[in-house]
Amino acid sequence: MTSPFLEVKNLTVSFPTEDGLVRASNDISFTVARGETLAVVGESGSGKSVTSLAVMGLHNRRSAQISGEAILHLESGDVDTISAPEDVVRKLRGKSMAMIFQDPMSALHPYYTVGDQISEAWGLYNEGSKKDGIKRAIEMLELVGIPEAAKRVNEFPHQFSGGMRQRVMIGMALVNNPSLLIADEPTTALDVTVQSQILQLLRDMQKEFNMAVILITHDLGVVAEVADRVCVMYAGKIVEQAQIDDIYYVPDHPYTIGLLNSIPRVDQLDGRRLLAIPGQPPSLISLPTGCAFRARCSLSHLVPNNLCATKVPDLDEKLTGHFSRCHLTEAQLSKARTAPGDAL
Amino acid sequence: MTEPILKLEGLTKYFDTTAGGIFSRKKGTVKAVDGIDLEIMPGQTVGLVGESGCGKTTVGRTVLKLYEPTSGKIVFEGRDITNLSRHDMKPLRAQMQMIFQDPFASLNPRQTVGSLIGATFDIQGITPPGGVKVEVERLMERVGLNPEHVNRYPHEFSGGQRQRIGVARAIALKPKLIVADEPVSALDVSIQAQVVNLLDDLQNEFGMSYLFVAHDLSVVQHISDRVIVMYLGKIMEDADKHDLFSSPRHPYTKALLSAVPVPDPIKGRQRERIILQGDLPSPMNPPSGCVFNTRCWKVQEKCRTDVPALIQIAPNHRLACHFPEPA
Repeated sequence: MTSPFLEVKNLTVSFPTEDGLVRASNDISFTVARGETLAVVGESGSGKSVTSLAVMGLHNRRSAQISGEAILHLESGDVDTISAPEDVVRKLRGKSMAMIFQDPMSALHPYYTVGDQISEAWGLYNEGSKKDGIKRAIEMLELVGIPEAAKRVNEFPHQFSGGMRQRVMIGMALVNNPSLLIADEPTTALDVTVQSQILQLLRDMQKEFNMAVILITHDLGVVAEVADRVCVMYAGKIVEQAQIDDIYYVPDHPYTIGLLNSIPRVDQLDGRRLLAIPGQPPSLISLPTGCAFRARCSLSHLVPNNLCATKVPDLDEKLTGHFSRCHLTEAQLSKARTAPGDAL
Repeated sequence: MTEPILKLEGLTKYFDTTAGGIFSRKKGTVKAVDGIDLEIMPGQTVGLVGESGCGKTTVGRTVLKLYEPTSGKIVFEGRDITNLSRHDMKPLRAQMQMIFQDPFASLNPRQTVGSLIGATFDIQGITPPGGVKVEVERLMERVGLNPEHVNRYPHEFSGGQRQRIGVARAIALKPKLIVADEPVSALDVSIQAQVVNLLDDLQNEFGMSYLFVAHDLSVVQHISDRVIVMYLGKIMEDADKHDLFSSPRHPYTKALLSAVPVPDPIKGRQRERIILQGDLPSPMNPPSGCVFNTRCWKVQEKCRTDVPALIQIAPNHRLACHFPEPA
């Protein structure tokens, strides 16, 4: 295992609002190495985007309360993007770490040609004329698979289709050869046939640039295709963290087990009833005491002394290299895995 | 043989696009739906899938005459409703309802849940036994909402609960056909299953037919009896769910299925994947011959010139392709 490029330690992001403090992400720790893809999975409001925006230093420091560390191990030394001054973090963005977003139409500027936008990103860190920048933009467009790149470099974002726009955004993110790429729901707005093109492109680019990739998504199918390791988030916390196969074949948290049982699959034609998780996620303003998943968990009655309601479970290593935030014993969880219909 | 609840014959819906401005000239025609034949039997769920812009939503809306069809015939319970006026359609609307994709946009924010659901009775001039109020509360309970929340407004509910309100409204008059347009795609994964199960249960209880329009093949596979695959306004393949998903014959269906990510890493690594090149062509200027020929990996000269007809290749299996995959 190579040493990590990014180390996030005890990252907590809260937003004070009129209704109270919103604890959007809570005590998050993970690492990701170059050449590795870490998937962060969760539903809306689970804190997955908030966490990555904090790593990128993109939260407004006046409105968000951020604690913890996000250390980039750069060749020039370590930088903590949470505590480092704004101008230091700004100089890392686009160069050492880059981000692509779900909706390329709103992430690209409608008034500038894609060539201008890519060459501007290049020009921030490279000496060269505008002409050099455009030349570099054409190279990037060719790399991300846009046909007739030399012609299309002069077109505006609205002249591209959704999939092509996402390619442009990937090209722009990679123009300075970043070591870390954060992809926030990069294929959610795309059709499946285009989605598989973009996932393939991301895999190719990761190899080409030897990047650490953090993929944020709600789609467990997409995760299975591209990730090496997975963090499952629920109500602002990581509830399970493991290697990709372990998450799918030995899920070790009732939420993950429930999630996997609730999704219909094209490869299963038995028409069995979906085992839905009852209820809905809690409000991040008034989180329940104890385990945040407790109200939806059908196994919490197995835990003695009402522990689920009184104590927040720790993220324990229950199996080798496999962390789960649950009071249940490994034997109980293993039973829930194998007979989900009975137990859940 | 039972009669289909809904029958479409050569249904087309074209939209004119204009150049803009006050004296807008006609610039072109988008053939959103271009000759669709299909039948839905009572109690059946037909899934309509395809990528964005393939015309699946337009089919759903034209069926309910929310769009006037350009040509073709819509037959509902043996009655030709293609040319019915708005006025004549009104009593029929009790029989055919719709569930929308966006549970935020489809509920009036200024109306309480009670009046949203109750409005269906007022519009049709029907008084349910026991009165509207009792019936509304019964419906709310049936779809899994707390009847005590009858005086709340839509913003007080979560996305999944709002979609339940939409479902309650659609089933209020016990319709025979419900067109569900992407009913779960705006919902979180754990909530999707709840709504899918609810739709399943309601069908078992009331026996209505669903035309289930969606882009998510996993959900469609789960809920449908039969699945129709559309591409650029045309039907590519139409088959029983098991046939379509276990041995797709149309190259497009095959590519589409292989593109769906499976939540199973080992299977995913072993799976044969067909990555289609390029994007959907513009429906304003569809390719000649087979509309899929620009992205098809099996394309031959014939595909560029001859339009393949949608033919019956087996009972309950129709296909439009010159060079189908082996069964």
